[in-house]
Amino acid sequence: MTVAELAAGCGFEVLCLPEPEREVDGVYIGDLLSWVMGRARQDNAWITIMSNVNVIAVGTLSDVSCILFAEGVLPEADIIETAKAKGVNLLVTPMPAYEAAIKLHEAL
Amino acid sequence: MSEELVFRYDVNGDDFTSAGQASVQVKRNLRQLGLDSDTIRRVSIAMYEGEINMVIHAGGGVAEVRVSEDCITIVLTDKGPGIKDIEKAMQEGYSTAPDEIRSLGFGAGMGLPNMKRHTDSIEIDSVLGVGTTITMKVNLG
Ligand SMILES: Nc1ncnc2c1ncn2[C@@H]1O[C@H](COP(=O)(O)OP(=O)(O)OP(=O)(O)O)[C@@H](O)[C@H]1O
Ligand SMILES: [Mg+2]
Repeated sequence: MTVAELAAGCGFEVLCLPEPEREVDGVYIGDLLSWVMGRARQDNAWITIMSNVNVIAVGTLSDVSCILFAEGVLPEADIIETAKAKGVNLLVTPMPAYEAAIKLHEAL
Repeated sequence: MSEELVFRYDVNGDDFTSAGQASVQVKRNLRQLGLDSDTIRRVSIAMYEGEINMVIHAGGGVAEVRVSEDCITIVLTDKGPGIKDIEKAMQEGYSTAPDEIRSLGFGAGMGLPNMKRHTDSIEIDSVLGVGTTITMKVNLG
């Protein structure tokens, strides 16, 4: 399933979708960046409540298919611009990580 | 490719917002060289952790990435405080990162273990009060 289909199917709000056709395979949840770097797999959807600019670099380098901000956490506008430029898909949901993961599980 | 390709970056020690830039640039360069995605990913992860460590713990430094026929070598050099106990620093969960850094999501003590796990070799030369040089290799093919 692509990130665009996933966002629509789960009702996640799109912050930016520079790579809408990327395939999503599995989910990783975490807020400690080195854990995410070491453990998230390529094409995972990454759920986090961290929203600083370093998250975008981790998203780029770990090859996740999208970053889903849980709990309605919103990054600053310039961070969304950075993500767009780097080709990192950003989504947001008011749900906590657990509920968002269940949604993803049902959809994938 | 018979000649070695060398990429060199200055890693700015007091700019958190641009931390990781060198790694992102290296990833782009390796993609252009047509290397496989698993290799690129391993180099990217190892280099990012090392780059961030130079920013957080050493006030910046220099990153050099060499691409030769049979391996990619990443050399990170800083003039920071050095690492007192390397064995301890290599353990998962060991971190001296201050609170304000932890609040950004760093400080899990997983960076050096990640560097080791994603490379074929890692060598750490560190002298207290002088600096640290980390050399990592990822084999090709
Ligand atoms: N270049 C360096 N100069 C001085 N000390 C360093 C350097 N790199 C690592 N260290 C020391 O080694 C410790 C462990 O590093 P490691 O990258 O594993 O964890 P961390 O940076 O503290 O947290 P994380 O990487 O999970 O965000 C650091 O807390 C620091 O004390
Ligand atoms: Mg680290």
